[in-house]
Parts: sequence; C-alpha cells; structure tokens
Amino acid sequence: MDRAKAIADKITSKHPGTKLEWVKPRRLKVSAPASMIKDVALFARDSLGFDHISTVSGVDWIAKNALEVVYFVGSTVPGQEGFVLALSERVPRDNPVVSTLIGVWRGAEYHERETHEMFGLNFQGHPDQSHLFLPEDWNDLPPLRKDYVSPGR
Amino acid sequence: MRMTLESEYSPDADRIMAVSLGPQHPGAGHFRIRLWLDGDYVVKALPDAGYVHRGEEKMGEYRNYTQNVPHLERPVILDSSNILFAYSLGVDELMNSKVPPRAQYLRVIMSEINRIISHMYFIAIQGLFLGHTTMITWCMGDRDFWIDLGERIAGARVTFAYIIPGGVRNDIPEFAIEKGLKTCDWFEKRMGEYEKIFYDNPMVHQRSDGVGVLSRDDAIAFGATGTVARASGLALDVRKDEPYSSYSDFEFKTPVLTQGDSWARAYVALLDMRESIKIIRQALKGLPQGPVRLKLGPQPRVPAGEVYSRTEAARGEMSYHIVSDGSPRPYRLKIGVPSAKNLRALPHLLKNVHIADIPVIYWSLNYWPVEADR
Repeated sequence: MDRAKAIADKITSKHPGTKLEWVKPRRLKVSAPASMIKDVALFARDSLGFDHISTVSGVDWIAKNALEVVYFVGSTVPGQEGFVLALSERVPRDNPVVSTLIGVWRGAEYHERETHEMFGLNFQGHPDQSHLFLPEDWNDLPPLRKDYVSPGR
Repeated sequence: MRMTLESEYSPDADRIMAVSLGPQHPGAGHFRIRLWLDGDYVVKALPDAGYVHRGEEKMGEYRNYTQNVPHLERPVILDSSNILFAYSLGVDELMNSKVPPRAQYLRVIMSEINRIISHMYFIAIQGLFLGHTTMITWCMGDRDFWIDLGERIAGARVTFAYIIPGGVRNDIPEFAIEKGLKTCDWFEKRMGEYEKIFYDNPMVHQRSDGVGVLSRDDAIAFGATGTVARASGLALDVRKDEPYSSYSDFEFKTPVLTQGDSWARAYVALLDMRESIKIIRQALKGLPQGPVRLKLGPQPRVPAGEVYSRTEAARGEMSYHIVSDGSPRPYRLKIGVPSAKNLRALPHLLKNVHIADIPVIYWSLNYWPVEADR
C-alpha cells in the first residue's frame, strides 16, 4: 500500500491537476483532466515504468452525465510487475471526445476501438475506429451505455 | 520480389489480391483475417473479430453476483476455472471476505488442472496445423484424463463452475486426491514423449523456428501477455508478481524463452505444464483442513467500490474491472481477456510471411476467438 501511495504521490506532485481516486495494495487510480492525460501517461510510462498496457475500460455514469475511460497499465520493470495503474478521465456524455493514447501505449489500439464501439467514446487521432466486435451495420446506441436496454429486458 | 503496400502498390492494384481467411475456416474458429497478398506473401493482415460476441459484459449488469457465475465461464470453456478465478477474487475483494485456506488450495488445484486442459488443446491443434497427426491424437486423448480428474472434483466435465465468490462450490472427494497424484506421475512421463516426438522433431523445427518472431520490445509495446510474452523473454506471471490465493506457498518457476518464434510459444506451454504438475502435487499433499466456502446466500450484499483483479490464466493475464454501486448487481463488469490483449500482435507478425505460415503463427498466439469476443 505504501509503495502504491508513493507512486501516486509522484504523479500528483508532478502534475498538480491530477487527483488520486483510491489506493489499494498494488493498485492505484489517478484521474486526470482530458487536456493533461497524455502528459500524465507519458510520465507514467517513462519515469514510473508503467509500460505494459493491460486493458482499457469504460464506465457510463449516466446520473452524473459523464462517460469515464480507464486505462489499466501494468509494468515490466523488475519488482514492479505486480502493480497496476488505473489512469482515468471523464468527459460529458453528450460530447464524449477524448484523445487517443496509442502514441504512449501501442497495445491500446484495439482496446480503445472496443471502448469506442461499446460506449460511443470518440478517440481523436485513432487510425481506425470501425467496429471490432459489433456487427458492421450496428445502428443503435452503443450497447454498454446505461440507456441501451438489451432486447427482452 | 516482395512489394510493400504503402510504397509501391495500393490494395486496389492488380498485383495485390485481397482474400478473407475465415470465418468459416475450420482452423480459424469463428474468426476472420483479412489478407492482402502479393503472390505467396502477405503484405497486410487485419484481424476481424466479433463473430462470437455475446455481450457477456452487458449480461453481467443484469444479473447479481451469484447468477453471474455460470455465464461468465462461457467465453473460454477450455479454461473455465481461470476466468471465474479472477471474477471471484474481485468479488471477494469488494466484499472483503476472507476465503478459507482449504478453498484457496482447491482454487489453485482447479486452476492448474484447467491450465493443463487448455494447453493440451493448444499444442494439439498446433500439431494439427503443422501436419503432425500424432500430436493431435495423443494430446486430445491424454487431455481427457485431466477432464476426468476435473469431473471427479467438480462434477462437470468442461464448464466446471467450481471457483465461486467466497470459495469453491464443493469439497474434493478423498479418492480424487489419490487419483490426482497418480495422474501427475503418469503425465510427467508422458510430457517427455511429447518432447521427443513433437518439439525435437526436425520437421516441426523447420516449420516453426524463426517463424513469426515477436521481439521483447514489441511484446511490451503491444501489451502481450501469458505464453506469448514469456516466449519473447518477458518474465510476466501474475502468480509470481502478486501471489494471490496462497500461490506463495508453492515452489515453482516461471518458464521464459527468448526466441520469440512460433516454436518457442508452443514450447512455453509444455514448460508451463511441468510447473503446473509441481503445483498440483504440492497442493494435493498439503491440503489444509477446514471449510471450503463462505455462506453468501443467493443474493450477496456487495458494498460500493471499484476493483481491478487479475489472475494468470492459461493464455495470460485475466483481469476484471468491477464497479459496484452497492446494489445487488454489478454496475460495470469489464472482462480483460488475454486473447484480446495478444490480438494486437497478430497483424504485426503476419507482415511479409508466406501464406503457409499463417496457421502456425495464428495458432501459436494461443488465441481463442470466443474469449476475445466475450
């Protein structure tokens, strides 16, 4: 827990706009405003060793009118492999534009594409946001948004 | 002469032919690769997933934490215990439950049995794609002994639904312990025979040595995990990195190879199974006494919170991002599956290879379309 806290402190002191959401043993979640997220991501990769993208998740906070995108990033630095940094940003639901982090973690490409089709988040700068898992002709709300109701429910 | 798509030819040029590999191809398994070919060479490849997408994550939001158990193992029935293991760890963490030691050991045993079941399928089909019929007949046959053992413990043959939040579904019967130890002894000898007939086979070496080489740096950049990462010299193993569920009690190594080619990716699976045997033996012999599950009731109360739990599944890091708002159902249930994490490496590895090498490279990534699609 102490070590995760120490990592979090490094991020929040280097980038004062970020906020520590929670810290647990080997886990920490930091949120950043959309304008800063790329700088924070580069700092986490180059200075803190979070170089191994694990996955990208989204959360639809419909009551707060926000969409959240969370990057889960592991590390290949010896001794730090067990740690996962969750880096998140929130954008309004009616204008869900975020910038892509493929330039930081190349492996985020397909994860971002999935988050795009499932939540309707628009990753600016992404080379290909065509459907990966959904049918090409999917013509409804993004299915993991809370206001999309599965057929029969 | 090889052409490159970007510099000399566009996909529409006469020389380049666009071909679909799959989704009906028996080896590809509900998965399509779009290929642009120049004669016998692949100039560009794009994976097209989603043919078996079932919306597991959305389904998870409609069911409570107990009802989620049986459908969450469907994406990867080859490795059904490991996909539930990460889910159970996540829910345990949210509920702050202390899982009894006997249940922790049983979880490890079942997870390792499933690793062997999954790897046996993997190397069997790798043999098939290389035209090595002995490997598929032997491995498919031998795999059944492990499925039998799983059945003795869990009651089902493939979808065990054994690892659940709060522990495991039922205790291990006494005779299954003895049977498990016997299976380990027999299988250890058997693996030596696989090595002789398959891994040391000159034909297998010729077809897979240096084919589809993934460098260590690329493995890191693409976020590769599991057998793919370990064959490229990346010593990632969640069991070692954050020893969950009493993995710290057992002595085992993380096998790492540095070649990064198709042969190494298949060989890491065999080395993995050797370590699994060691773990199963230690766990069966040292099985502590006590209860095997916590009473959670049909609708467990899960406090609000957010977790990211992960385990080392057969294909690599299996992770769950669970957000709870305090209601009986998860607010968000994200399954981070290893097949989806390794998928980014595929178009990179298929550049400038022969058509005949595609099946070997594709299958050596240990990619399971149903798992990737969820």
